[in-house]
Amino acid sequence: MKKVSLEVNGKKVSKEVPDHTVLSVFLREVLNLTGTHIGCDTSQCGACVVHVDGKSIKSCTALAADIEGSKVTTIEGLVSNGKMHPMQEAFKKQHGLQCGFCTPGMVMSAIDLLNHKKNPSDKEIRDWLEGNICRCTGYQNIVAAVKEAASKM
Amino acid sequence: MASLVGSRVERKEDKKLLTGRGKYTADVTFAHQTYAYFVRSPHARAHIKNVDISKAEKSSGVVAVLTGKDIANDKIGGLIAGWRIKSEDGSDMKVPAHPPLASESVNYVGDHVAVVIAESLDEARNAAELVKVDYKVLKAVVKTDQAMDSENIYKDIPKNLCFDWLLGDREKVKEAFDKADKIVKIDLINNRLIPNAMEPRAANADYNPSTEEITLYTTSQNPHLARIIISAFNGVAPENKLRVIAPDVGGGFGSKIYPYAEEVVCSWASKKIERPVKWIADRTESFLSDCHGRDHVTHAELAVKNDGTFLGFKNETIANLGAYASVFGTVTPTYLFGPCATGVYKMPAAYSNVKAVFTNTAPVDAYRGAGRPEATYTIETLVEKAARELGMDPAEIRMKNFPTQFPFQQTLVHSVDSGDYNAGLKKAMEVADYKGFEKRKKDSESNGKLRGIGFCSYFEACGIAPSAVVMSLGCGIGLWESAEVRFNPTGNVTVFTGSHSHGQGHDTTFAQIAADRLGVPLENIEISHGDTDKGPFGYGTYGSRSLTVGGTAIVKACDKIVAKGKKVAAKMLEVNESDVEFKDGEFIVAKSNKKKTIGEVAFACYLPGTYGEVKSPLPEGEEPGLKETSFFDPGNFSFPAGSHICEVEIDPDTGNTEVVKYTAVDDFGTIINPLIVEGQVHGGLAQGIGQALYENCHYDDTGQLVTASYMDYTMPRADNFPEFNLGFTCTPATSNPLGTKGCGEAGAIAAPPTVMNAVMNAIGTEISMPATAEKVWKACQKMNKSNSKAA
Repeated sequence: MKKVSLEVNGKKVSKEVPDHTVLSVFLREVLNLTGTHIGCDTSQCGACVVHVDGKSIKSCTALAADIEGSKVTTIEGLVSNGKMHPMQEAFKKQHGLQCGFCTPGMVMSAIDLLNHKKNPSDKEIRDWLEGNICRCTGYQNIVAAVKEAASKM
Repeated sequence: MASLVGSRVERKEDKKLLTGRGKYTADVTFAHQTYAYFVRSPHARAHIKNVDISKAEKSSGVVAVLTGKDIANDKIGGLIAGWRIKSEDGSDMKVPAHPPLASESVNYVGDHVAVVIAESLDEARNAAELVKVDYKVLKAVVKTDQAMDSENIYKDIPKNLCFDWLLGDREKVKEAFDKADKIVKIDLINNRLIPNAMEPRAANADYNPSTEEITLYTTSQNPHLARIIISAFNGVAPENKLRVIAPDVGGGFGSKIYPYAEEVVCSWASKKIERPVKWIADRTESFLSDCHGRDHVTHAELAVKNDGTFLGFKNETIANLGAYASVFGTVTPTYLFGPCATGVYKMPAAYSNVKAVFTNTAPVDAYRGAGRPEATYTIETLVEKAARELGMDPAEIRMKNFPTQFPFQQTLVHSVDSGDYNAGLKKAMEVADYKGFEKRKKDSESNGKLRGIGFCSYFEACGIAPSAVVMSLGCGIGLWESAEVRFNPTGNVTVFTGSHSHGQGHDTTFAQIAADRLGVPLENIEISHGDTDKGPFGYGTYGSRSLTVGGTAIVKACDKIVAKGKKVAAKMLEVNESDVEFKDGEFIVAKSNKKKTIGEVAFACYLPGTYGEVKSPLPEGEEPGLKETSFFDPGNFSFPAGSHICEVEIDPDTGNTEVVKYTAVDDFGTIINPLIVEGQVHGGLAQGIGQALYENCHYDDTGQLVTASYMDYTMPRADNFPEFNLGFTCTPATSNPLGTKGCGEAGAIAAPPTVMNAVMNAIGTEISMPATAEKVWKACQKMNKSNSKAA
């Protein structure tokens, strides 16, 4: 067992967990933050993307113990004062989600893209999101949503 | 009041899904939760000699280890085939027993042998490794086209043949072929796919020993069907003691229509151990044990006149059912496939003959389009080949054979109520700038690339379906849909539907329909689905049926509400019922200022007396309350149709194929919400293009699934697609009052032949799906050689 202390969505948490607990499991099972989804077991699907110290990572690839002391933001942490993040708003406006399962990872990943590049081209958006699989949308409206958010952020 | 039907209304369900507040089955955890892990067969075909659970039982945290013998001892029934197909000779289909946990033999890699239930998932998984199964490994039957010549998997099923089905008239076809100027022939493989909804399947069953009720949370497109099967066929609990909840579900695409072994086992095990049992598939389990799709081997022929007129069509197909006959496994390659195989054309004579075989692979069932993509791929690659061989334009040969009179009696089964196929193709050619193709081709060539263009015109039969028709064809259930529209006393509305949304946006489109019909603001309407304890029995969501069948049930229930409302309003306004009209949420008396809002009427219905200022006498004989139910059984299928055009650019040095332009013009009748319909088309196209270029399920000769992870099975990604160009034409359906036709499957139906025709047009030779870079490169090399020889 290992004691893991993190700041998650602005709140300090400290939990004793088995050493092999990955961040996605830590968030879902220990903190009950079930907005982060698990869609595969080979770090391919991207449904579990969160931000660690401001950068997007697939939370299934990090041991919770390995990021001790970090600041983690999950999809639940994006809403502020009851208002959705511009990226969330844009996904809604452009119908960038259907079943919603890949959506949390997609949104977190897309926000990190805009942190890197303010006004990405379609090709840059598509390339960046290559690590997030969506089975419903055909990606078109996701690309539209990211562009919409870029114009608002 | 402006009509909401036809508006691009943003989805009501989005906020919860965007903020992490959705609730999927894996998110549900009960007090005293236990976790299940399945012991699965590592062999494609084997006898089980012995299952030793002694070590596993003693492992840390283990609550129970249950085997096939336990489930047989408790007389839990097997999984079922839902559709009875008869062979051409009149004999019934032959299906093997399919126990939820195997006790005698395993028949595919991933088949269920035992379940370990423990205090944590880690402990269950660790203990599962200690279950020692002694197998006698047998030679596996894997290949679709070799199954009939292989050893019998099941001793009472000769040639591994489930049925040998015929639709159509062989004699007439022979006569037509005798008259033909030309016979165009094609041999096709419709590649096997794995549906891959992003949410892996999951179940959490909670048995309450004091009420004897099981609550089952499950990833289902169809909770009512899950309940009746688990109750009536598996015999786990009586229907009134089984509540099935399909909460937010992360995509289905057909793979979540029916219950699997895991739901049955978790429900049964929960009852046995009197604790909740939770199971979540990991992705490899999903690859191994979700039902797969497609997997046909087809030989087809088209008889044509020199002027391009079609005379006859024959279709000889072997369809792989996998190891067992799944719920829709037998109807998918027959009635969902055969009738549509003649395409969108006048075809004087036709037959489809399908031999369905068992193999030692995962069961095959419906996957987006189910049968109709296979049908469309067959006819549309054949038509394109006919155009090539006759030297005709691909659009011209299609238009020559389109029906122009509706209703159109299609050759094999369907009476198509409405359509305008010429309008669709013409519009597609316009949107795609067909005229500009030759120039674009030259531009590509100057960059060292090959450019090709492909067409597909399709129709499909969906909105399943008229119960009388499907039951006469062997379906074991009716396929109507239910709705209950419930006014709450304060005037807002809850609509219960028997269909289920797992991405399709019912919460929004169904609310748009009810809002228009009742004159109630959209935000005052909630759509409830997915809980067998809430709404009436229904048949769920698949076959592009929710709107045409379920939406119509809502319309009918709303109309009943208005009918009752008129009576009540008349009494309240002290006029004759015939003087009351209903418009935009108000009951009005013509040529007077007398009116009551539907909210006032609803309130009155719940207060059948006088209370303070509010006087609400119900008409004599009227029951209090305002709630109506409708069960709608459609008179016909719905028949969306359209024409798609694709352009690809191929790098002959690498074989890489890029879809550079894709145009889809579809006729879905009346569109309720264009935003959502466009999304459905995009998603369908991505899956269809995925089948054509990327996706392929591959078993090796021993029956091991080689493509069992996202490292091995190519899922289409964002950078695989261009921006799709969509267009619409509209001929409203006459079989439902909304005039709607299903839109969910069209993209997946039309895209594979559209893309493949473009690839073949570019490289000048036939090639099978998926047209991977390796295959295309080899084909280009071969063409180069033969071209240089010719030169």
